[in-house]
Order: sequence, then structure tokens, then C-alpha cells
Amino acid sequence: MTTSAEAPTSSSLLSHVEAINWNRLQDEKDGEVWNRLVNNFWLPEKVPVSNDVQSWATLTEEEKVLTMRVFTGLTLLDTIQGTVGAVALIPHSLTQHEEAVLTNIAFMESVHAKSYSSIFSTLCSTKEIDEAFRWSKENPNLQRKAQIVMDYYHGGDGLKKRVASTILESFLFYSGFYLPMHWSSRAKLTNTADIIRLIIRDEAVHGYYIGYKYQRALEQETPERREELKAYTYDLLFELYENEIQYTADLYDGVGLTEDVKKFLHYNANKALMNLGYEAMFPSEVTNVNPAILSALSPNADENHDFFSGSGSSYVIGKAVETEDDDWDF
Amino acid sequence: MRTAAQLIYFSSVSNNTHRFVEKLRLPQGQAARLPLHTSDDTLEATEPFVLILPTYGANGGKGSVPKQVIKFLNVESNRKLLRGVIGAGNTNFHESYCIAGDIVAAKCGVPHLYRFELMGTTEDVSRVHKGLEEFWKQQSSLSAA
Repeated sequence: MTTSAEAPTSSSLLSHVEAINWNRLQDEKDGEVWNRLVNNFWLPEKVPVSNDVQSWATLTEEEKVLTMRVFTGLTLLDTIQGTVGAVALIPHSLTQHEEAVLTNIAFMESVHAKSYSSIFSTLCSTKEIDEAFRWSKENPNLQRKAQIVMDYYHGGDGLKKRVASTILESFLFYSGFYLPMHWSSRAKLTNTADIIRLIIRDEAVHGYYIGYKYQRALEQETPERREELKAYTYDLLFELYENEIQYTADLYDGVGLTEDVKKFLHYNANKALMNLGYEAMFPSEVTNVNPAILSALSPNADENHDFFSGSGSSYVIGKAVETEDDDWDF
Repeated sequence: MRTAAQLIYFSSVSNNTHRFVEKLRLPQGQAARLPLHTSDDTLEATEPFVLILPTYGANGGKGSVPKQVIKFLNVESNRKLLRGVIGAGNTNFHESYCIAGDIVAAKCGVPHLYRFELMGTTEDVSRVHKGLEEFWKQQSSLSAA
């Protein structure tokens, strides 16, 4: 087994296809991520969203409309990623196993897109659903973000496609993901939030993997081209960020949450950059996500879990306990 | 291979954790990376150390601790010198965020000192740098007492 990135194995799917041999991996990350994705597989039907019907009824009309608009926006992104984005990356794969992993990613994106419909059909009327989908077609900022990403997916540059894809997976979703985390932190729509958390988990693996493959492909490029791609990445992120700020205001100004959402955007923009191997762009003063949102995302991400920031008196000498080898068979 | 490093870490080929450790700019020999493959011989620690290990988002924690870390900690003398753990991960993994760090910390009875995401921000780097300095000071004064 080697870990070196190899030349693209297929520039055209139809010209030459070799049988995939999973017993000979060129990049062990392909096998690792495949297994992770398969183990994380889920379907929306397993989550009892109908338990949210009562909670849905406690939302104001404005809050309901906001929630539905947010979910149609997310549906649009997942549709793009499932039927265009992940598929557009396949011809640029570095290994055959990467092609296979991308088909898994494409399928899961379609599961995500469908899961919003499953939430809608449980909570809302057909008329309300149609109205929300109409809004998503007509909102210029949502359409613009879709257009910017689609333009790169239709272009010929595999590295730029990976950048656009990683930014979509790790940044563009989060103006939408904010809201179910907000409701969850107030003990509302908690089953819906469980579905969204499953989607958020998948997107993390997707962004990590596509960003990793970007970095492997980058290793084969000249220093000039690497500089070009780095500048391109920050430019694209900034272009999408400016649009995202507008989109966030369209959605959240009415409920007064825009500023809170922006912090969450900055925080996730930094993570998108890190997935691509670049340094974070937004300073900590503007990434201080509301603790309630962070804790809805991950219950052990708060300050209480930072030993270093505790008082000196809490320091203890670590003393190892005796363990047997089979204790470590996790 | 024997190492006297105070910081021992695992990083997969993604190099996220490796980049974090590079950003700490520790003196030569103060950080040692565990071998990438379990087929390679693991490290033998000779001094007390802190372990940094990543979590990649397993389902409910099972299989979260990288096998390379298990092999290293299966050496009793390594386990005895472990003083603390730092976890790397992604909050997107909900309750599994840095869970490999939680598992090792609980198993070995050492504190889970800090958590950071992906390759860490500038703030994470300075907090860990300062935190570790103080931690080792505390450790040496406590063991002298």
C-alpha cells in the first residue's frame, strides 16, 4: 500500500474502465472514508419527526415561514451537490476508489435533499410547501449562490471544482443549519434537529474528504498554480460570503437573528478554509458563536471542557491505571 | 524508536493534527509523530508526555481511537508516562466531537486538557502553547512536593 497520489485514472468514464480492486488501495484515505460513510448511513424515515407536530404549532406564522424558507434553501444546495457537484468531481478523481466514494457522497446528498421533503410533509400543508419552494426560486441571493457554484461545476478545472464543493459542504449550508440548532436550543423541533445533525455530520466528512483530495491534487501543481488556486479560494469564499450576508439578512432580519447567524457563518468559513488546508480568515472576535448554538451542535464544545482555562487548583497529576491489551479492543 | 518528546501525536495522511503541532513551534525533539501504519514499530516514550489525537466522526464512539494510538498505548511503559490528552475533531460530529480523546483520558485516568477543530486556529495554538507550559510547571512542582 502506498499513500502517494497517482495520476488521474480516468479522464473519461466511457473510454476505459478497469474493475475496481479494493484490495489494492493507492490512498488509504479512500478506504477509511468509505467505511466511515457506510457506517454513518441513515434515512429520514428512522427519525420520528411527527413528534414535532405539537412543537411546530407553537411557532408564530413568521417563524414557520422562515423555517420553511430555510429548508427549501438547504434542499436546493443538497440537490445541486447530489446531482451535479459530487458527480462533476468524478472525472477528476485521483484514484478509482475516490470515484466510488464520490458516488456514495452524491447519493447521501440526495437523501439529505429528500429528508427536507419528509420534514415538510409531516409538518406543513401542501400549499405552504409550494409557497416556500416558490420563494426559493425567486430569492435572488439564494439563486445567486447556486449560480456561482454551478458555474464552477460546469467549468473544466478539477481543482476549482473541489474548492467550490468544499466551500459548499463546509460553509454555504450554515446560514440554514443555524435555525434548527436555534430551535433545538429552545427545546423546539428537536426531532427535526436530530435529522439536521445527521446531515451536518455527513457534510463534515464530505468537506474533509473533498478538501483532502484537493490538497493531494495540489501537490502535483507548480508553485505558480498553487498561488493562483490559493488566491482563487479566498476570492471565491469572499464573493460567496458577501452574498451569504445578504441572504442571511433576507431570512433573519425579521426575527432579529442576523448578527447571531453571521458569527456562525464566520466560524464555519474558517473551517471550510481549514478543510482545504488553508489558515482561518476570520479572527476570534467575530467567530464567537452563541454558546447555545454551539452546544446544540456539540454538547462538549464549551469552555467547561477546556482544562487549560480552568483555575490552577484543578490541576492534577495524571496517574495511569493498569490496563490489559484487550481493554483497548474498542 | 525511543523518544523523550513531551508531546506525542497521531496524524493521518490528512496532516491536520500535524499542521497544528507544527504551528506550536516546539524545540527540536519536543514533538514526536506516531507511525502512520500499524505495521510499523510504535514509539517508546522515555519521559512524561501529553498525547494529541484526532477523532474523525465515528458513530457513537466505537472505533474512534486510531489503531496506531491503541498500539502505542498497549505498551505499558508508554501508558505509565501519559499525563494528559488533547483532542482534535469537528463539532459537526455532535457528541462524538473529540471522543477519542475522552475515551483515552477516561481509560488512562488523565485529564482531557483541550479540544480544537481540524488544524486549529491561531487562538487554539496560543492557548495550547501557554496551557502546556503551565501544565508541565504544575506537574514538576507537584511531583517534587
